[in-house]
This record gives sequence, structure tokens and C-alpha cells, in this order.
Amino acid sequence: MRNLWKLFRLFFKVGLFTFGGGYAMLPLLKAEVVDKRKYLSEEELLDLYSIGQCTPGIIAVNVATFIGYQQAKVKGAIMATLGIIMPSIVIITLVASVLEHFTDNRYVIYAFYGIRICVVALIFNIIFDLAKKNLKSVYNILMFFGAIALLIGVNISAVLLVVLAGSVALAIGEFKRRLIK
Amino acid sequence: MIYVLLMVEFFKIGLLAIGGGLVTVPFLFDLADKYDWFTKTELANMIAISESTPGPIGVNMATFAGFNAGGIVCGILATLALVFPSVVIMIMVAKMMNKYSCNIRVKDILGGIRPAVLALILFAGLELGKIVIVDVKDVLFLTIVLSMMRIWKKNPIYYLCLSAVLGILLKIL
Repeated sequence: MRNLWKLFRLFFKVGLFTFGGGYAMLPLLKAEVVDKRKYLSEEELLDLYSIGQCTPGIIAVNVATFIGYQQAKVKGAIMATLGIIMPSIVIITLVASVLEHFTDNRYVIYAFYGIRICVVALIFNIIFDLAKKNLKSVYNILMFFGAIALLIGVNISAVLLVVLAGSVALAIGEFKRRLIK
Repeated sequence: MIYVLLMVEFFKIGLLAIGGGLVTVPFLFDLADKYDWFTKTELANMIAISESTPGPIGVNMATFAGFNAGGIVCGILATLALVFPSVVIMIMVAKMMNKYSCNIRVKDILGGIRPAVLALILFAGLELGKIVIVDVKDVLFLTIVLSMMRIWKKNPIYYLCLSAVLGILLKIL
């Protein structure tokens, strides 16, 4: 029981001091689970990150669930996950409730005008990073343009596109292996 | 009824958004089209606030979107629904970690999903751009902020604060 509570507190702290995405929490996580508590080694933590990145869901949550499970099985996984989402729930609920009262303030409107442009810039910034990492092979570029064609042509939904891309990739991979045999 | 719908939708996002927080953005865009829970402009504000408040951005956005759709309870339910697939899948992965990480089929699937997700984010960015960027001044604003991001890889919070100040100054002057 004390162990579970410790997991909750640990990931509550990580959630509270993480701004932005999953990678922003890596330094703090390393300090807590590698240096201080020695739950895993630095290499293991990095491996865990790559797994967290290619499994469904938010990376930070995936990493928390995994470490929680390693420490105290299913209960640990649940407590670690609740720990990491708790600061978000509390803070965002507060911010959202407060913000409702300021939506007609002139300066808040002006500030959000600037902030929205910044959000567009942030998204394009991520696109550049992802394109550099993920559009290296002809196969990837073809998949990318295939997806673009579906988005423009039939306005395919995000859910359907991901399922379709995964199925097509699986089929192509399977076909290639048969061919080699 | 909204509780069930909201949980189903965020469960789907949690299951299909592979690669972290901002990947949820295109899915939230689809929700803005499908339901009257929030508009795309509100979504842009939500992204900004989620980036600049503590907590993983994907989790923050789920809480925020849920809250906008129907108050505190919806915010909590959306968040729990979002993380539920993660918990189940990661527990399974933890049980068979080594088998999973070298499974060739899993690699195939992910290799196909990543370029598609990139296309999705690009589309969400363009769609948001169409709403947010209206005149030459906005284009200039965007170009400057984006160039700064490419040159100095600083935390997004700096750029968001700077843009807030710039926005106020531009509108007043």
C-alpha cells in the first residue's frame, strides 16, 4: 500500500513539473527513477521511451504505466497513471473555469490572437521535425502522399486513416516476406 | 448520453493517436467537425494553454476539451477514457516486453502509420492556419515566430508568452 502511494506521488510530481510533451519530462524522470530510486538504468529508460512512442496513447502516460507495472503490477500501473494525469485534471479544470470569465476582456482576446498564431507555428515546427525523421525512404514518402491524397480526395477521418495505413503497411510487409521466401 | 459519446470518442483517440501529445490534434479537429462541443478556434486556444500549463499536453487537451464539452465531470471522463487504452496496452507490453520490441509485424504497422500521422498533422496545421491567419501581417507574424523556433530550440512556453505580448501590442498600436 505504501509502495502504491509512493508511485502515485512520484508520477504526480513528474506530471506537475512537465510542460509540453513527453520528451520534456525525460530529464525529471531520469533524476527520479534512475538516479534517485534506481528503478531502472538510463538505457532501460530510453528503451522504454521508444516503446512508449510507438504504442498507442500519450508517451508520458505510457511510460508511467509501464514503470508502475514493473514496480507493483496492475495496481502499480493504475496508481502511476492516475498520478501523472491528476495535475492536468486539477490545473486545466481551474484554468478553464477561470478563463470562462475573461473571454470578453479586450487584452485576453488580443493575447489569444497572438497565441493562436504561435500555435500554428508550433504545429509547423513539429511537422518539420517529424518530416526529417520519418520521410527518409521512398516507401515512407509514398505512404505520406497516399495519405495526403485520401485527405484531399475523400476527406478521410483521422481514425480511419490510421487504421487503413496500419493495415496496408502490414499487408505490404507480409507480401514482401512471402516474396523473399 | 454526452458522457458515453465523449468516453467513446476519447477512447478512440487514446487507442489511435500514436506518437505523443500533438498527434491528438487532428483527432480533436474531427471532433470539432462532428459535434458542437468546441470550435476549431477554441481548439487553438486549448492547444496553447495545454502547452503552457504543467502536465503532458495530450492529457491536458483531453481534460480541456472534455471540460468545454460539458463541465468538470466531462473533463475527468474524457481524460480517463483517453488513458484507458494506454494502461491496458502497456500492461500487456510490460508482460511480454522482449517479444514485442522485436516483433516484425508491429514494426511494419508502425512504419506505415508514422507517415500517415505526419499527413494528418500537416492537414490539421493547414486547416488551423486557414482560420487563424487572415492578413499579410499575420503571415509575417507566423514567419517570424516559426523562424525563431527553428533557430533557437527553446521551450514552447517562451514563444507562447512572446506571441501573447506581440498580439496585444499589434492590436493596440
